[in-house]
Amino acid sequence: MSSSLTLLGWLLALLQALLYLALAPLLVGWVRLVKARLQGRRGPSPLQPYRDLRKLFNKDTRVAHTASPLFIIAPYLVLVATWLAAATVPLLALELPTAVIADLIVLAGLLALGRVFLALAGMDVGTAFGGFGASREMLVSALAEPAMLMAAFTLAMTAHSTNLSSVMATHLAEGLVVRPSYLFAFAALVLVAIAETGRLPVDNPATHLELTMTHEAMLLEYSGRHLALMEWAAQLKLLLYAVLIANVFVPWGIATTLTLGALLLALVAILTKLVLLGAALGLAETLFAKLRLFRVPNLLNLALLLGLLGLLSHVILEVGA
Amino acid sequence: MSALTWLLLTPLAGALVLLLLPPLHAWSRHLVGWLSLAISALTLLAAIWLVAGVAATGDLSTIALGLPWRVDALNVSLILLTAFIGATTAIFARPYMLHACAEGRIGPIRLRTFHSLYQVFMLTMLVALTTDNLGVLWVAVEGATLATVLLVSLYRTPEAIEAAWKYFILCGVGIALALFGAVLTYFAAQHVLADPESGLTWSLLHAAAGDLEPAVMRLAFVFLLVGYGTKVGLVPMHQWLPDAHSEGPTPMSAVLSGLLLNIALYALVRLKMLVDGSLAATAAPHLAGQLMMGFGLVSFLVAALFLHRQRDIKRLFSYSSIEHMGLMTFAFGLGGALATFGALLHMLVHSLTKSAIFITVGHATQIAGTQRIDQIRGLIRTQPAVGWGLLLGVTAIAGFPPFGIFTSEFLLLNATMQTAPWLSLALLVGLAIAFAGLFRHLQPMVYGTPPTGQAPVTANMLPVAVHLGLVIWLGLAMPALLAGWLEGAVLMVTGTALP
Amino acid sequence: MNMAELSLLQQSVVLLAALVLFLSFVLLAQARLVSAIHAFAWQGALIAAVTAVVALIQGAHHLYVSALLTLVLKALLIPWMLHRLVRRLALERHRETIARPALVASGAVALVIFSWWLVLPIIADKLGFTRNIIAVSLAVVLIGLLMMVSRAQAVAQVLGFMSMENGLFLAAVSATGGMPLVVELGVAFDVLVAMVLFGVFFLQISDSIDSLDVDRLNRLREADAAADPGVGGVADPDDGGATETGARDPNRTLGADVTVPASRSAGEARP
Repeated sequence: MSSSLTLLGWLLALLQALLYLALAPLLVGWVRLVKARLQGRRGPSPLQPYRDLRKLFNKDTRVAHTASPLFIIAPYLVLVATWLAAATVPLLALELPTAVIADLIVLAGLLALGRVFLALAGMDVGTAFGGFGASREMLVSALAEPAMLMAAFTLAMTAHSTNLSSVMATHLAEGLVVRPSYLFAFAALVLVAIAETGRLPVDNPATHLELTMTHEAMLLEYSGRHLALMEWAAQLKLLLYAVLIANVFVPWGIATTLTLGALLLALVAILTKLVLLGAALGLAETLFAKLRLFRVPNLLNLALLLGLLGLLSHVILEVGA
Repeated sequence: MSALTWLLLTPLAGALVLLLLPPLHAWSRHLVGWLSLAISALTLLAAIWLVAGVAATGDLSTIALGLPWRVDALNVSLILLTAFIGATTAIFARPYMLHACAEGRIGPIRLRTFHSLYQVFMLTMLVALTTDNLGVLWVAVEGATLATVLLVSLYRTPEAIEAAWKYFILCGVGIALALFGAVLTYFAAQHVLADPESGLTWSLLHAAAGDLEPAVMRLAFVFLLVGYGTKVGLVPMHQWLPDAHSEGPTPMSAVLSGLLLNIALYALVRLKMLVDGSLAATAAPHLAGQLMMGFGLVSFLVAALFLHRQRDIKRLFSYSSIEHMGLMTFAFGLGGALATFGALLHMLVHSLTKSAIFITVGHATQIAGTQRIDQIRGLIRTQPAVGWGLLLGVTAIAGFPPFGIFTSEFLLLNATMQTAPWLSLALLVGLAIAFAGLFRHLQPMVYGTPPTGQAPVTANMLPVAVHLGLVIWLGLAMPALLAGWLEGAVLMVTGTALP
Repeated sequence: MNMAELSLLQQSVVLLAALVLFLSFVLLAQARLVSAIHAFAWQGALIAAVTAVVALIQGAHHLYVSALLTLVLKALLIPWMLHRLVRRLALERHRETIARPALVASGAVALVIFSWWLVLPIIADKLGFTRNIIAVSLAVVLIGLLMMVSRAQAVAQVLGFMSMENGLFLAAVSATGGMPLVVELGVAFDVLVAMVLFGVFFLQISDSIDSLDVDRLNRLREADAAADPGVGGVADPDDGGATETGARDPNRTLGADVTVPASRSAGEARP
């Protein structure tokens, strides 16, 4: 690869990362719009999350007396970890220079890092809500992580690599192959994504009801800029999972060459996929009620089982003797 | 129509006729029993006709109803035995079930159901014996389960329903596993036979057994052994057997022990022949035999021990059946001409003896009014015929000379001594334990003091006498015809002639 | 074998087989009877679909018949009969408490691996694209067995049994392109008769112990026969003494619910 191409690659990688930051609130806005329309409301504009963020950035930031420095740096750490994680997931093009770190394990690790700080921050001030929010978050993630890894391994076994970029490239090169393992991995990843991003039926992003909230409970003490960062990180995480699912299972459209045409096509493709995925999420959230907390493990066990089945069906059905 | 068609159509038609009979008149209660007996007698006649034909012209291999059928040296004696025991048990069943009906334990509809299903059971047994198709064999053995499961629960006591449920579930599961084995066999045949559609025809498979994929056949046999072994009553899949025997009506126990177990073992032997042919060239050519020896020996010893702790007379003898089936399985597994000959003979004499015992036990429980061993006392004083029947039957089953079981067990021990001397020790110990287990219960039942008021019942001991007479005959001198069949069967199964 | 070398139709067969396996897990974990029956029906329908697609690929006409047979029997008739029975026994809202669900599920996963290991040596060569499905069908059979072992409810046990049969149908299709039609008809007939008999037994059992929890069918036990001489006495149909039956029953763990049918049967014995 020539140095000019590498430079272009780095630029594109940067662009991609910025695009993640820029698109994240839009996806949330879109899901809210779909939900509102499905529930017969007009709903806010899909741009509303941007306005919320701007408003929060302009507001005063208050910090509790009991808070430690951790409380203040946590929002930055969470956002950066999530952003880094997002940057590893190919959005527009494969074979960017970042592709070498675009590994499923790295992704899981970065997300875990963000989650640890989120939970610590939730507990830091010492309020009851923050504590139980953190404990719930940890419960969910402890169950979701193995399932996520199972699904990741299933994908990795077909591609013989845990690198996301090569997983997508393999899938792209193979054309349409109906793989049962992909189906199972897909279902598992969707369940994990729902749990990890705090959507229904695991957590309700719109509630501040003490009995049911998880993610919101950890953010109760935050305000102003800190809250904005935390919200943004959460939105980024949703976008990350959406892109991951869309581009791994339906990679068509992503640019394999770094030409302008291909990149534009990729942008259109990923936007279309996200619009569809967001609509599906909105629809699903309208149809399903929230699960009671102690039923959540069942859902995630199902995800783990699906991941395992994906692994097994890859070994048994797709490779054989 | 051929003898074979008659043999199969008679019980089928009989079952339908019995089912359509109006049950609610007093005369029809008597009629069903007689009709069932007549059908069984006709079946026996058809069997004799068929067997005579085979004796005159040799093996019969024919296509009827689009399916292959086969009567050869291995099954010809079993066909005759099945039809014969079917008929003698029908003689016993007629008054016995009428008695149960008169006692009010079953209604007239269930009486009719009993006789009808009895014929269905006979049909499935005969189909399983005569078919040359492994799939039909499976269907027939499963059919036998289905036909008998309602008979086991006939009395509708909680215990009977429990026994029937256990029987249904265990045998259903077992037989399902056997079907998987059959599928695997068919699968192995796909690459071997010219016409894959006939991949379940036993005689074609047997002819091409050497070409069957050993890995597939090995796996298939494990499933078939577990599946049909459940029906044979091999430990640890035997759980259903004592329950079904003790809770079902006694004629049912007689045919279950005397016929059904035999048929399942017969199926195993046929399948073992295929596997042996397939594995002949591999590193472990006797795998099937070794598996059967293992299961057989364990069943034999466990059942012998369990004989000691029985409180129920029918359970006692059902454990004795497990013990003998274990012995036969062991012998077939051992292979070799002598062991196979002994096992084949043992199949015949055990069936005759065990059904005779169950018939006697049926009368004994009617006399005592209970199946509890400690309440059956002094049979020989109350009703000498029943007492003597039980005594002689148990003497025969324990392997005393001059009964045929002595002969067959002697042959088996002899064969074991030659091929696996150490195991003959286990056999001897097992036989001794079983002997003790039977006689410690038998002695007071026959000779003890009868409780006051114990009265004789009307008992037709003719079937018992005939069975035991035959067993003595087979023990002393074997008719040339039967000897010829058994030798032919030994040649078929082992590939070597008797010395 | 590489999936990518298969045609789309063949891939879809593999996919359907994987879904059959998934439904086995659903069936195993499903506590609501009615939902379990639905899962079973879907499994049957999927197997019918597998059969039909295989028939399409191989141009085997008798497989269409077999697919139709499976569809009618496994996806429609038997679920319908079970539904009716469940309604008749007022079990529509019945939820079973599944003991140790995680253990059972791990057991099922272990069974899948075990069946793969078992089948591994035989699928080596000379086989069409369905060869790998044999392991799946064996797994379905064994998971059905596991379900029968792990559930105490009679209907659930029957579902396990029937799902074993489903596995066998799948095995026949995947290993050999279907058994000969006569045999398949015979098997189907046996399964149907078995279902009818199961129905009869549900009624008999619920009459007898006032529940379909077959763990309560525990009168015939080898160990008890020695400890409790009463068992032999009542177990025997020939005495049926009403006093003995009545005296023994309250001592059993079954409690009052069993006394009624037991004395009823004793009453039947001596009308």
